[in-house]
Amino acid sequence: MDEPTTRLGVRKTYKLFIGGEFPRSESGRSYSVDGVWAAQASRKDLRDAVRVGRNAADGWAARTAYNRGQILYRVAEVLEGRRGQFADEGAAPAEVDAAIDRWVWYAGWADKIAQVAGTVNPVAGPFFDFTVPEPVGVVGIVAPEAPPLLGLVSRLAPALVAGNAVVVVASEASPRAAVTLAEVLATSDVPAGVVAVLTGRKAELLPWLAAHRDVDTVDLTGAPPDAVAALEAAAADSVKRVVRAADPLAESPYEILAFLEMKTVWHPIGR
Amino acid sequence: MTGLEPFHLDYAPAPESTDVVHLRASYGLFIDGRFAPARSGDVFTTLNPATEEPLASVAEAGDADVDAAVAAARRAFDGWAARPGRERSKLLYRVARQLQERAREFAVLETMDGGKPIKESRDVDVPLAAAHFFHYAGWADKLEYAFPGRTAAPLGVAAQVIPWNFPLLMAAWKIAPALATGNTVVLKPAETTPLTALLFAEVLAEADLPPGVVNIVTGGPAAGAALVAHPGVDKVAFTGSTEVGKQIQRSIAGTGKALSLELGGKAANIVFEDAALDQAVEGVVNGIYFNQGHVCCAGSRLLVQESIAALLLEKLKDRLSTLRVGDPLDKNTDLGAINSRAQLDKITELVAAGVDEGGELYQPPCELPARGYWFPPTILTGVTQSHRVAREEIFGPVLSVLTFRTADEAVAKANNTRYGLSAGVWTDKGSKILWMASRLKAGVVWANTYNRFDPASPFGGFKESGFGREGGIHGLASYVQLGAAGGG
Repeated sequence: MDEPTTRLGVRKTYKLFIGGEFPRSESGRSYSVDGVWAAQASRKDLRDAVRVGRNAADGWAARTAYNRGQILYRVAEVLEGRRGQFADEGAAPAEVDAAIDRWVWYAGWADKIAQVAGTVNPVAGPFFDFTVPEPVGVVGIVAPEAPPLLGLVSRLAPALVAGNAVVVVASEASPRAAVTLAEVLATSDVPAGVVAVLTGRKAELLPWLAAHRDVDTVDLTGAPPDAVAALEAAAADSVKRVVRAADPLAESPYEILAFLEMKTVWHPIGR
Repeated sequence: MTGLEPFHLDYAPAPESTDVVHLRASYGLFIDGRFAPARSGDVFTTLNPATEEPLASVAEAGDADVDAAVAAARRAFDGWAARPGRERSKLLYRVARQLQERAREFAVLETMDGGKPIKESRDVDVPLAAAHFFHYAGWADKLEYAFPGRTAAPLGVAAQVIPWNFPLLMAAWKIAPALATGNTVVLKPAETTPLTALLFAEVLAEADLPPGVVNIVTGGPAAGAALVAHPGVDKVAFTGSTEVGKQIQRSIAGTGKALSLELGGKAANIVFEDAALDQAVEGVVNGIYFNQGHVCCAGSRLLVQESIAALLLEKLKDRLSTLRVGDPLDKNTDLGAINSRAQLDKITELVAAGVDEGGELYQPPCELPARGYWFPPTILTGVTQSHRVAREEIFGPVLSVLTFRTADEAVAKANNTRYGLSAGVWTDKGSKILWMASRLKAGVVWANTYNRFDPASPFGGFKESGFGREGGIHGLASYVQLGAAGGG
């Protein structure tokens, strides 16, 4: 049946994703993993990603919820077309389907979370008083080591639909799904810089992520358990919010709430 | 004389009676439903900052006392958490009612111990404290509606460390949601203002709250640190300075303890040229001079649009000359005593730095009492964003004035701080209010008003002003762990 293959394949270089571009690490390093060479991001790559994320955060937050929902739905559409590629790169087919379905589910929350989490507050006085959720700003996400795609999607999607810019440190042992997801994001109208994906050594990158003063929230769900105490201590220097999902594969609006701030606004009522 | 002397209005003294307060010579720790001295026998003295006279001696908790308090809270936890919500609810309603019943006694004692004007403790602190218990009493039996799709279980023993600026009110903000959700509490009041918390212990006992559900340990920073670090504590809630908040966050890293922080602020109060100016002046005065400026959300940076800066300042200085500074127990007093010698020194140092850095000082002529800790209402003009008085929390009656030309510039300047607790906006244009409110990085935005608080209204900070909210349905989240509803 199969004809003898005469065509040489084109191999893929697994690079970083920063500011909508796919650079190699500025350090020139890569590491052998999962049958490929992946970029080994440095502390400076991480700083670049955070800086770009900070600049992109306000614009992403200012999109209408409807627009954010449409863009994130578009991500699911493009993901669907890459199902085979994710499977070829080590994600089980069922995991890929679950990840795409989860992405669609979270995309739909864009214009609903404020109605679930926001309130009008019946204060004892002539004031209109309401509370609305707002994105916290820049979120650093340490992706679970496994499963590589569903684990990352389960943490990234709620932070993104909340309106934050996100810097991801991918699974160290299985980074390929994260790099391919970055390629999906780059072709789905997610504005450049809103998501950065770094591959490399968690032990090297996480202390800088946890301590960086322009990271407002750090999600340590995928951090090595023996590193958590030191990372939480580093986060205290800027009163950073620290998230550790009880279930790394949770699918819930409460996961979105962990990436939101509540803002209360008062105004007098009168003639 | 010329016959053109300014009209001068003297107020006759209108002192609030202290008869309603029955001070004891000494106060013990409240552990397991009983008052007892510290195991070490150590005590400290709490002063009236308006007179520097000692009010009482108070037990100084050591590690063994903190240990006993946490153990009592732990013993009480299972029973309290298992109690039907409707019973927790009714007990909290009793507490609210009893606070209202003894409101004047609490108000007078609060003013004696902390130095705040009686009209504020009487009209703000104590009524709001009671209202907070009333609000959360009603949540205790409705928690399944607060977290749809989830069960809400208490966290366990909550360690709560509170500041001296609103002693009873901060105790209420902490204790009411903790108890409503089924946690037990060890509360550490501030060293300079322990008395209303200890009086409140009497209210808890009168309400038949079971022993150990609330324990109160008095003392200084060492007692607070011991409490926060105690391995028997499941939750830490702290209100105070950002510096101490960071220490706490660092100290409990990796322990799995839940944490909520309500920390410092350097709020901008932004006045546009189209604001109702006289209302704005009142709001600016209330924003910074309420409670002598000992307010984390105080509007300590006035951002005024350049076109009206001169006029607004003239009106502001005029208004300042009518503020009455002095005896906190006098019902006419607007500014009471600074809470402590240490705080007075800090304010004095920062204001001197403001002048050194080029700020121009204005203080209205006012006669300060000979004894006690006092600081006149103060305005610093010509302040720039790099000045210490524009960056650091002063926590005193000191307003730094900056100007802006455009709304974008106002937002940029307002957000140019590591803090993010609150902000004020004054304009008659509704669309501008909402535009500003959406861009200010602050947990509370007061538009055409300032310093409003309500138990139904969530309060808390962005950025280095802390995390977690107090008040309303959002305030429950800091005291529960969520589980899957319906057993999956």
